[in-house]
Amino acid sequence: MHLKRIKEFIIESLIRLSGFFIIGFVILIFLFLLKDSLSLFREYPLKDFFFGKSWLPISEPPRFGIIPLVMGSLYVTFVAILICVPTGIAAAMFIAEVAPSYLKTILKSLVEILASIPSVVLGFIGIVWLGPLLKDVLGISTGMCGFTGSLLLAFMALPTIISISEDAIVSVPRSYKEAAFGLGATRWQTLWRIVLPSASSGIIAAIMLGIGRVIGETMVVMMVTGNSPIIPHSILQPLRTLTATVAGEMGETVSGSEHYFALFAVGLVLFIITFIINFIADWSLQRGKR
Amino acid sequence: MLNMQRKKIVDALLLLPLLFLLSCVSSDESYEGPRGFIQIKGSDTMVNAAQKLAEDFMKDYPYVFVAVTGGGSGVGIASLINGTCDIAIASRKMRDEEIEIAKKRGVEPKEFVVAYDGVAVIVNKNNPIDSLTIEQLHDIFTGKITDWKELGGKEGKVVTLSREVSSGTHMYFKEKVIRREDKNSREEFSPQTLLLSSSQAIVEEVVSNENAIGYLGMGYVSERVKAIKVGVGDSFYPPSVEYVSGGKYILSRPLQMYTNGVPKGVVKLFIDYVYSPEGQRAFQETGFVPISQENAPEKD
Repeated sequence: MHLKRIKEFIIESLIRLSGFFIIGFVILIFLFLLKDSLSLFREYPLKDFFFGKSWLPISEPPRFGIIPLVMGSLYVTFVAILICVPTGIAAAMFIAEVAPSYLKTILKSLVEILASIPSVVLGFIGIVWLGPLLKDVLGISTGMCGFTGSLLLAFMALPTIISISEDAIVSVPRSYKEAAFGLGATRWQTLWRIVLPSASSGIIAAIMLGIGRVIGETMVVMMVTGNSPIIPHSILQPLRTLTATVAGEMGETVSGSEHYFALFAVGLVLFIITFIINFIADWSLQRGKR
Repeated sequence: MLNMQRKKIVDALLLLPLLFLLSCVSSDESYEGPRGFIQIKGSDTMVNAAQKLAEDFMKDYPYVFVAVTGGGSGVGIASLINGTCDIAIASRKMRDEEIEIAKKRGVEPKEFVVAYDGVAVIVNKNNPIDSLTIEQLHDIFTGKITDWKELGGKEGKVVTLSREVSSGTHMYFKEKVIRREDKNSREEFSPQTLLLSSSQAIVEEVVSNENAIGYLGMGYVSERVKAIKVGVGDSFYPPSVEYVSGGKYILSRPLQMYTNGVPKGVVKLFIDYVYSPEGQRAFQETGFVPISQENAPEKD
């Protein structure tokens, strides 16, 4: 009896410790990014970094204007979300409410397989197949553009959105649906007016996590979006994202140089963006539980 | 019973990686020759040649392990300064600021010119254009010429392709074509230029896009693309071993290896191997121009 309590105590403290570790790691990563980014602003004006319109890191003098990169990330993310949110939620509704049970199992495992495709494979497909195809179909000058990236990113975010929304839809209490059917509502009316609004907080969390996945993705966008550091006016233009900039340039910077600190500052901006998105996702999940 | 058995299997599986590690360490103790590890990093242009050199070298010296990584000349030079590689391969010379930073960190870069390369300008096979002057290239890549029609080709918006800023070829092209070797020039690549992360990505885009034009080390030119003849005035030459070594092809450059200080031990062994006839043959086989033997530094 006594032994059991000691065992319990040890396990409990171990779990608590891992929890604290995670919080500690997040704070340390943040401080690490902050420290190196602040070193940039000792030499480079803050205003030019946040409002500068050109990113020319190896020119003399170098220019580290982050606007084209932020705009590139936002364009790609926005269009990807526009594509994957409706399809993802529709797929989740189908799997949760409409599909017969044998199809349900098959579809769910297919979604999981979709989640496990490595991003570099998708990037490769983008370079050799999707890019040239879009070039011919849309009549644009090159397939290396934001839209190619958005399509592939939408594909990558789908599993996240489908599985979390599906969970949310399934957990809507049965009595809600029965009440709706009892009042003479059709299946579609029940699904659209009763089930979906009741699951909305879970679905919003799914969308937010999907956005987080899309904005942080690196390999695919680096391979297919063309990486031109211009402020994009259309999604059909080549553009450069925050993530691709860090990945593409980190290797050549000498640690301690201005360029090196600038890339840390870009990383910090990215960290803050994803932090806010995850925070909103968490908040809406919490609200839904209450 | 079953549980016990399962536990044994798990234990055995846990032991496997340990055994693997042990097997790596316990090499043939009786071997007397040189042992060591060489890390080579840098130029994507040279990475295939360096890989071939490394493989041939390891056949002669089985206990010297040579690891080759690409990423761009800038990556190699930065790693040499940061102390994370033994030899930096670079398709451009180190800049003065880089040498200064290196010296501040106690790194004494020593340069070895190991081969020559031509930077080839490539277009799609269906593009009717065969030759361009260096001025025309300048106008294309700075965005002054935006349609192939202006050059007498088929109508279509020119899509310019470049490597990322970490590439030595990017720096070389910028100095030679964009800034026309004028130190005071502030001209840049047109912002519309696509910055691709590897030479292979440039090849793929040129193969699939009739309006694309890109540049890369001539080792990457293949049957799938067309290399443009480049010239000044009316004399145009294709990028080939013959014209690069004769100095007639204008976009040619030396390829370098950098070491920290005068190479010692296995690094010296490797550098000597690079200058040997077998080493120079590796450059020739991967599409580069070997240096003539007289130019090789004397062996001491």
